Amino acid sequence: MNTFFLVIGIGLCVLVFFVLYRVVFGPGVFNRIAAISAIGTKTLIIILIMGIIYNRIDMFVDISMVYALLNFIGTLAAAKYLEIGGEKL
Amino acid sequence: MNTASIIAALFIILFTVGGLFFFTTSTIGLLRFPDFFTRLHATGKGDTLAVLFSLIGIGIYEGLSLTGFKILLIAVFMFLAQPTATHAISKAGMRYGLQPWKKEDSRK
Repeated sequence: MNTFFLVIGIGLCVLVFFVLYRVVFGPGVFNRIAAISAIGTKTLIIILIMGIIYNRIDMFVDISMVYALLNFIGTLAAAKYLEIGGEKL
Repeated sequence: MNTASIIAALFIILFTVGGLFFFTTSTIGLLRFPDFFTRLHATGKGDTLAVLFSLIGIGIYEGLSLTGFKILLIAVFMFLAQPTATHAISKAGMRYGLQPWKKEDSRK
């Protein structure tokens, strides 16, 4: 079962590199924020799978929960900043 | 390996591979769609479903314990938070003045 989760984690890591294209080359700041939010969502699952592989999921699940909260709050803060009217980026 | 554990392993593989599949489709949508709002349409819904599937798979693997309860809590939170974040960023883009993609733009 560990090998199966390892394969799933490697697949998610490859997907993160594909999304990184949109972060680097995406036209405008909004595409970059959306892509970073997608990367954070994938990282949440990668952290849990790392916990399964290391047999310490009771510790990693707390890190994953904090990661989900910070990802959500970061996206909301960037959205509110640009909505109120940041500089034209 | 008794029957119950084989059935549990089957469900774990089903849900986790389903989650990986929906992550892949949302990534393809994010890379291939023509403008910002359609890209959000792909990631907002695809990632929500993928996170839900993956967390259900890992939760079945973990079983009934405090950790399993926390994973369920993350699933409920992501199910609420992901559409909210998508809506907020899409409204900010609309107020900022991004133009939605039209069919004529592709014929240039």
